[in-house]
Amino acid sequence: MIRPHRSHPLWIAYLLHRLSGLGLALFLPVHFYVLAFALNQPERLDAFLRFADDPLVKVAEFGLVFLLAVHVFGGLRLLALEFLPWSPRQKTMAASAVAAAFLVAGTFFLQAV
Amino acid sequence: MLGLRLYMAQRLSAMVMIPLTLGHIAVMIYAVQDGLSAAEILGRTKGSDIWFIFYGLFVLAVSLHAAIGLRVVVHETLGLKGRALDVFMWLAGLLLLVTGLRAVLAVTL
Amino acid sequence: MTADSNGLHVDVWRGSGTEGRFERFLVPMQESQTILDVVAWIQQYADPTLSYRYACRVGMCGSCAMMVNGVPRWTCRTHIKKVIKDNAITIAPLRNLPVIKDLAADMDPFFDKWVAAGGVHHPTRDRNDEIEKLSPATPERIETDTGIECINCSVCYAACDTVSSNVDFLGPAALQRAWTLYLDPKDADPGVILEAVSGRGGCHNCHSQGSCTLHCPNGLNPMKAIAGLKRATVSSFFKGGR
Repeated sequence: MIRPHRSHPLWIAYLLHRLSGLGLALFLPVHFYVLAFALNQPERLDAFLRFADDPLVKVAEFGLVFLLAVHVFGGLRLLALEFLPWSPRQKTMAASAVAAAFLVAGTFFLQAV
Repeated sequence: MLGLRLYMAQRLSAMVMIPLTLGHIAVMIYAVQDGLSAAEILGRTKGSDIWFIFYGLFVLAVSLHAAIGLRVVVHETLGLKGRALDVFMWLAGLLLLVTGLRAVLAVTL
Repeated sequence: MTADSNGLHVDVWRGSGTEGRFERFLVPMQESQTILDVVAWIQQYADPTLSYRYACRVGMCGSCAMMVNGVPRWTCRTHIKKVIKDNAITIAPLRNLPVIKDLAADMDPFFDKWVAAGGVHHPTRDRNDEIEKLSPATPERIETDTGIECINCSVCYAACDTVSSNVDFLGPAALQRAWTLYLDPKDADPGVILEAVSGRGGCHNCHSQGSCTLHCPNGLNPMKAIAGLKRATVSSFFKGGR
């Protein structure tokens, strides 16, 4: 339950940016660990990639791409907020960032299945 | 907790990563089309200077960016501060840097 | 107590320091009644030991802010009609500040940070000099005008989650004050202000959650002011400043 003083779009955008950032930071070491199999255990990398053909894993991948995209587009919004002349359309920009992230992650998912 | 220097490192690494991330997403969408295989990925990246520079820079920037981001999250949610917070930030950054560079070398060498 | 169409159920925070609990009062409803009217009625007719703070009653002095249904508000200009839910209202002292007693919060940390953010004028002239004439039309002055109507009510400070999770953070009001002084051509040392807002608790800790701007009763935009300070400190860094 979001407390009353927080229930507004920019606070939700902040929460999304924080959670996606945290999720990506925790995912990265795993991502790197698996990729490093290419160095001396290529068969394990292939086994892992076959596991990624599972439809459930595809959905999880959609989630990861969404985390990445929403963090990038949300980050672009923050850079614009901080470094460009002030715009009163902050809520629109936050909503656009989420929409763009859905579009990108959705495109990935459609190509993956 | 976050002075001007760390703030600048955070924002500059973010700016570096914006084109890199968009490129990475484009490659993912392209590569996933016919399913992933180690041979396909490595065929693209092995021995390529461009992919080495692309992902090498990516790993450098993300180590910096994520370490500072985690510093903020850990301070604000767990209350860690002072030297312990600095040590945590450096360890997080080093972990990402070492595992990340190892992965980049594994797929591009 | 049963529900009464003419009575408001008001839960009021009672206690001092970190100890306390909500106490329920039944308050008669009136036409054009504000939250401050409700609190004053309780103190005058139900419990004279209730402590709270107010002065002007017209939204000028900034002393009567409280948490109303979990949102920080200036109580003298908040009509109950705007916030009432199921005939009930919850009133608590401002968030992010120590409680002195009941609804009176200790404003010291808020004002200490006001000073720490460099919010003191650094003069260029003395009383024998002529008054410096400023054009109201410069971009700096137009920007300054959007930030100077602050009444120090601490509503933004209570709304800010960065203040609650980072004790050093100077907060929206103090940083907005610093921004308007930084833009003032009469200020002798804007570099001192940039230094003051670049420390551990400075403007760079702001996450642009925007609760300050949303809840400011005077419609000011501290989030914009803090973004201005971030920009100013970064460009001063690139110019080889501090």
